[in-house]
Parts: sequence; C-alpha cells; structure tokens
Amino acid sequence: MPQATFRIWRNNPGEAGGFEDFRTEVSEGMVVLDAVHKIQAEQAPDLACRWNCKAGKCGSCSAEINGRPRLMCMSRLNTLDLTEPVTVEPMRAFPLIKDLVTDVSWNFGVKKGVQRFRPRPADAPDGTWRMAQRDIDRVQEFRKCIECFLCQDVCHVLRDHDKHDEFIGPRFFVYSAALEMHPLDTADRLGDLKNTQGVGYCNITKCCTKVCPEHIHITDNAIIPLKERVIDRFYDPVTRLLRLITG
Amino acid sequence: MPAAHTYSYDVLIVGAGGAGLRAAIEAAKSGVSVGLICKSLLGKAHTVMAEGGMAAALANVDDRDSWKVHFADTMRGGQYVNNWRMAELHAREAPERVRELEAYGAVFDRTPDGRILQRNFGGHRYPRLAHVGDRTGLELIRTLQDHTIHLGVTVHMEHTVIELLLDEGRAAGVVAYDRERGRFHLFSAKAVVLATGGVGRAYQITSNSWEGTGDGHALAYRAGAELIDMEFIQFHPTGMVWPPSVKGILVTEGVRGEGGVLKNSEGRRFMFDDIPDNYKPQTASDPDEGWRYTQGDKAARRPPELLTRDHVARCINREVKAGRGSPHGGVFLDIAWIAEKRADAEAHIKRKLPSMYHQFKELADLDITKEPMEVGPTTHYIMGGIRVDADTQESSIPGLFAAGECAAGINGANRLGGNSLSDLIVFGKRAGEYAAAAARDRAAARLDEQAAERAMRASVEPFDRGGAGENPYAVQADLQQTMQALVGIVRTEAEMMEALRHLDLLRERASRAGVAGHREFNAGWHTCLDLRNLLDVSEAITRSALERRESRGGHFREDYPDKQAEYGTFNIATRRLPDGSMQVARVPLPPMPAELAQIVEEQKQ
Repeated sequence: MPQATFRIWRNNPGEAGGFEDFRTEVSEGMVVLDAVHKIQAEQAPDLACRWNCKAGKCGSCSAEINGRPRLMCMSRLNTLDLTEPVTVEPMRAFPLIKDLVTDVSWNFGVKKGVQRFRPRPADAPDGTWRMAQRDIDRVQEFRKCIECFLCQDVCHVLRDHDKHDEFIGPRFFVYSAALEMHPLDTADRLGDLKNTQGVGYCNITKCCTKVCPEHIHITDNAIIPLKERVIDRFYDPVTRLLRLITG
Repeated sequence: MPAAHTYSYDVLIVGAGGAGLRAAIEAAKSGVSVGLICKSLLGKAHTVMAEGGMAAALANVDDRDSWKVHFADTMRGGQYVNNWRMAELHAREAPERVRELEAYGAVFDRTPDGRILQRNFGGHRYPRLAHVGDRTGLELIRTLQDHTIHLGVTVHMEHTVIELLLDEGRAAGVVAYDRERGRFHLFSAKAVVLATGGVGRAYQITSNSWEGTGDGHALAYRAGAELIDMEFIQFHPTGMVWPPSVKGILVTEGVRGEGGVLKNSEGRRFMFDDIPDNYKPQTASDPDEGWRYTQGDKAARRPPELLTRDHVARCINREVKAGRGSPHGGVFLDIAWIAEKRADAEAHIKRKLPSMYHQFKELADLDITKEPMEVGPTTHYIMGGIRVDADTQESSIPGLFAAGECAAGINGANRLGGNSLSDLIVFGKRAGEYAAAAARDRAAARLDEQAAERAMRASVEPFDRGGAGENPYAVQADLQQTMQALVGIVRTEAEMMEALRHLDLLRERASRAGVAGHREFNAGWHTCLDLRNLLDVSEAITRSALERRESRGGHFREDYPDKQAEYGTFNIATRRLPDGSMQVARVPLPPMPAELAQIVEEQKQ
C-alpha cells in the first residue's frame, strides 16, 4: 500500500509547539481525517482533534490543510499532492488548545449577542404561518451553515487585525442575514450591525465565501445586502434629509 | 482526588442533541435552574446528521392523515411490541411540537399554499415528514440551540459524564470530566435527564458519530436502571459502501421517497420480489404505480423500496449474499433514472437532495443525477434503551429521566424513518417538564462523595499503565468487529455465544488499557473511558438477542426465522444485579386499551 507523510501540528497546552511528521499507509478514497485517525490509533494515541459526523454535516473537524482552511473529513487525499508532506494545522484565528484543537468559544458568545428571532403574530387561527417557498429560498441557503467557523478563521479582520471585540465575522453576518430576511421575523438588527457588530469592516474580499464547505454565497448574498440595508437606513442622503425635516 | 468544581442545578441534562435541547427549553421555561452537559461543542450532536425529516400528522399534504393513522403506522412498524402509550402520545403531540419549531424560527420547505411541506417515507401511509431538503436534523438542532441560548441555561461543552450519583436510591448528580483540561467536575442535581443518543460505535459499519458510545444506556444500567428491547437494532438499508473510508455514512431514505429505486447487478428491482403480507394491501403492484405515489398521486400505493427499514435491509443482504450485489458489496440505488419521467430531473434532485448530491460528489466522485449509487446496510439506531414511564419519561430510578434514542418504548422492534426527530421533541419536552416538576418537589440532593472519588480514581488508572497497557483503539476496533460479525443483521445462537466469550476477553483487555501523555484533550484516554460503556451495551444487546428466540423487526435469527405470537406479549429487560452480573428478564406488555386496539385493527385494511 502506498504511504504518505502528514506534517501535523503538535503542542501541549500552554507550551510552544511544532510540526511532527507521521508516515502512514494511504488507500483509495481516504480523506485527511482518516489519516489523522490512523495516526492516532497507531502512532500518537494522545493526538487531539475534534470530529463528529465524518460526513461534512457537523462542522467539527476544521483545520488548515496545506495552508487552506478546510474540513478534514471532506478533504480527499487524491486532491492533494502526496509526494510532498501534507501539512495539517489548527485554525490560526483562534487560541490554540492542543494539537489540532482550538478554543472557538468566542463564537458562541458572539451568537448570544445577536437579537433572537421574533415572529409576527400567527397568520391563521390555528397558530400557524404561511410563507411562500420563493420567499424562504435565500434564508434556507444561510441555514445550511454547519458552524465550522472556517469563514471566521480566514477573515482578515479577525485573523490579522484581531477585531474580535468590534466585529462578529462572516458566520454571524450569515446568521443575522438569515434572521433579517426571515419572512416572519419582526426584530430590527441594523443598528447593532452598524454600531457594535462592525459590518462596515468587511471590505468584500470574499475569502469567507471561498472556504465555505456548504458553498454559501456569504459575501454576495448575506454581507452585501446587510451593508446595503445599513446604508439605506443610516447614510442615504434623501432619508437623512427626511429625518431632519420630520424629526 | 479533589474535583475542580462542584456545580448545582435543579435539573441537569446530559446530552445536547434534539432531545436534550428540547428538555432544556421546557425545564428552563418552567423557571428552574438548568445545566446542560454535552460531549462535543454545542450544535454538533448526532441529531445534526438526520436527513429525511420529522414525522407528524399535520395533514398539510394529504388530509386523510391523522394522529390515529400515525399511531397505527408506528405500531405496525414496531411489530406491536411498542409501548402503546408512548406511540399514542407521540402521534398526538408531534404536530404541535413541529409547529412550535416554526415559532422558534425553523424554516421548513413549503407547500404551494405556504404551509409546512411533508414528504413520503418508509412505513408511513401518507406524506408525513416535515423537512428541509435532506438536512432536517441540522435545522432541528440549530433551531433548538439558537432558542436555548437565550433562556439562561448553563451549557458545559466538551464534558463527558463518567458516573451517575445516587442519594438513597434517587438520582442526585453526576461526575464528569472536561476534555480540554481533563479535570473532574461534580454536578449535583435534583433531577437528571439522560439524552445521550445511541450505541452505533459498538459496530464496525455505522452511520453514527463518535459520540454514540451508549453512555446514557450504560450509566443508567450501572446505576441499577432497567434497559429494555436492547436486541432491536436498526440497520439502515442504505449506507455508503464505497470508498472504504466512508463505509456506513447514511444515504437518506428521502432518495427513495423522491422516486429512487433499488436494483441488483442484473438490473432487477428486487424489492418487488418479497413484500410481507401485512404490507401487501398498501404496496404498489407495479413500478408505475410506485412512481406515481412518489409524485403525490393519492390513488397510488407506495413502492416496495419504502417498506420498513428492517425488511429492506434484509432484502439487500439477501441479494448481496446471492451474488447479485454491486462491485463493492452493496446494491444500486438509482435516482438518476427519473430523468425518464421529469425534464427537470437534475435540478430537482439537487434541490430535494442537496446534501446527498454533495456527499457523493465530494466523497465518491459520483454524480447522483447521472449514475446510480452503491449502498448497503449500516448500523443506524437502537430501538432499545432505558425503560421509562410513557407520560413522564422517568426511569426505574426516581429522579432519573431519559429521552430520545437512549430511552426505549416508542419504536418497538423497528423504528419508522422520521419518527426519531419527532420522538426527540415530543419526549424531550415531556422529560424536561416532568424533571422540572420533580426537582421543584425535592430538597437539595446530597452528593455521594465517596462514590465520586471512586469513579475519579478509576478513571485515571489508564495513566498508571501508560503506553505499555493495551491500546484502547485496538480494543475498540476488535469489539466493533465482534459485534458486526456475530451480533449483526443475521444472528444465531452459536455466534452470539461466541460473542459473549469475546466480550469477556475484551473486558479483560479493556481493564488493562493504558495511555501515555497528559489528561489534556487526550483522545486515547477518552477512548479508554468509552470502552466500559460500549462493553456494557454490547453485552446487553447480545444477551437480549439470545433470549428472543424468534425474528421480529430489527432482530433476525437465522435459527428462528419466524415471528412467534408468544414473543409479541413481552419486552426483554436487562438489569445489573448487585454482584455485577447481568440479569435478563421478560416483562409483560400491558394490554392495549380497546379504543387504541380498534384504531390498529381499522388501519390494517
């Protein structure tokens, strides 16, 4: 059976780490997560990595493979050059815990800060609503998100500029857009998006869209429409004039 | 060995899939303090992998549907050894629970008049599954998660429970460790809800995530609670069979619901060859009628591909054994053929089955709109679990509740597709409600610190043995192989007796398992601790399966291939005796009230 080398990040919590090379057998159809599991079972039992479904549905096994943010379970070895070592390292935009595991708890805190769903009163006496499929197609695209946080990992506002306190990141713009465009929702999140969630920081480089394993059009369909709504509300000259006149 | 923290809650919920989250919502709404422990990050539980939908007789697509038909379908699917009261509550309450999800923000696919769309599924007489493409589980868990985080529930992510603590026979809390630091934490609680899911990791080929190690089953069992129906395991007929690394990953029944057909290597639709008598009146007589059914023709009957999962899995097994399988040991599942019937086939498949399209494209280099898939049975679900009271979900240990896959009763010998997600929300809600009520009536629990100390000490023993001990991954792999080969789809007494001998040896090896390194996020250590649970549930499965000398639902005995009326009158229960051995007993089924029995009879036509 052919072999390949995996250059995997190792560290003990709180200590500086480095790459360690593991050579292991590879077979047809294998993905990077299979190789990591094989190494765990045969060579490094204490190697830390997160995973759950191994089918691209849970978004747990996010890592940087040959420098690109990807899900390990959806990265087939036949798409990689196995004549060179395959580097596998943790997401770099989050604090490192151990090996391939990072502290992503910031994301869970951010979500709590987004105003919750507030539906309008029911449309029918039996307490149900009516929505047309065409009106929810866009929202359903956003709700495909598996919360792998790869978009957060690649976003330079977080990764390079560390604006975690002022910017909620692509994942939570998608989350906000799903709520703002939900036909039943009545809450208003535009003020938060402008004032505390930093939608203005995004300069539309579309890195998030490129790494999304669910192929959500994060920039085009979520962030840009949110920016437009914020601009219409707060910066449109005609609206501002009217606001001045009417108070 | 001191614990790092002691937390105290009125209601403590173990598991944050659909059932655990729904229980947390209900308990929190009633005003008690709620703690939620999950083994992974929040929102990653196995529920996320559910695809097809959740069954509820909303009657949005076919107004002939009602809770009575759903109830009768569930009992028929379970071969009448279900807890009829649970089946009744489930059928009656599922519609309200689904509508409630919409109020929490779920966005289901719609009917042309804007209501929740429902699709066909195996064993359901009418289109009944509310769904979102083929990612309904993701929609369910995200909706519940996003609702829960605003209710003041304290979530302990990446914590694993190792011991259930009792106070004078009542549930009083748990001992857990956190994965990140490997520290122990004590949780005291006035009521505990187990919602830990299934046991799929006891088998080699499974659709389950790593978390499905039977934790709740084993914790309850070791604390003295009764497990029932452990012999009934659902082998889902359609898992991926190739490439090897993805073997077992689920291919939703929705593929067949949308018109997908099963064929053998000779191109024959073999499902037409074997239709059980009790399903004949409801099954299509030819392929054309089957196709019309999948396209919503109310006069048509369903195609045989949509018979119950146990039956379809055995038919596939038979074709493969007879040498009529596909190149990689499965059979063909073809949805691409619908291009003969619909001009928009490609777009339609991508819209109705987006994650299946994606999954095959990415993992098998196969375009399901153009080529047939190869599929075979995969361990998917355990019908058996903790025995609970139907109304309250309380187990045989006071103050200990269970909901979802780790509880038993609603599904009997076989679960219908779509009944799991609805089970989670119906009984998750009930468990949360009654656990909160029990907590309100009770003074603070006393934590058994000695028992906690024993559990913590035993848990760190693998470090004493270090890297020289048994490799826990190897023990786990051998256990999975044993259960797959000897207690799988087709069972015999001789093989299961052999399995028991293997389990003894594996237990001995597991007691010698060792791991090097530190306690921080050490996957090898976590595997050592999971082994005990996997071994307990494997033994319960095997002993229960030996006791049921007949074939029924998910349990098929080659040496007793027929169903026996006598075995339809009881459930098989397992319980831990004080000396540590496993007791197997027959628990009679209570008689069904006349009103429900009449519904069952009426729906047999």
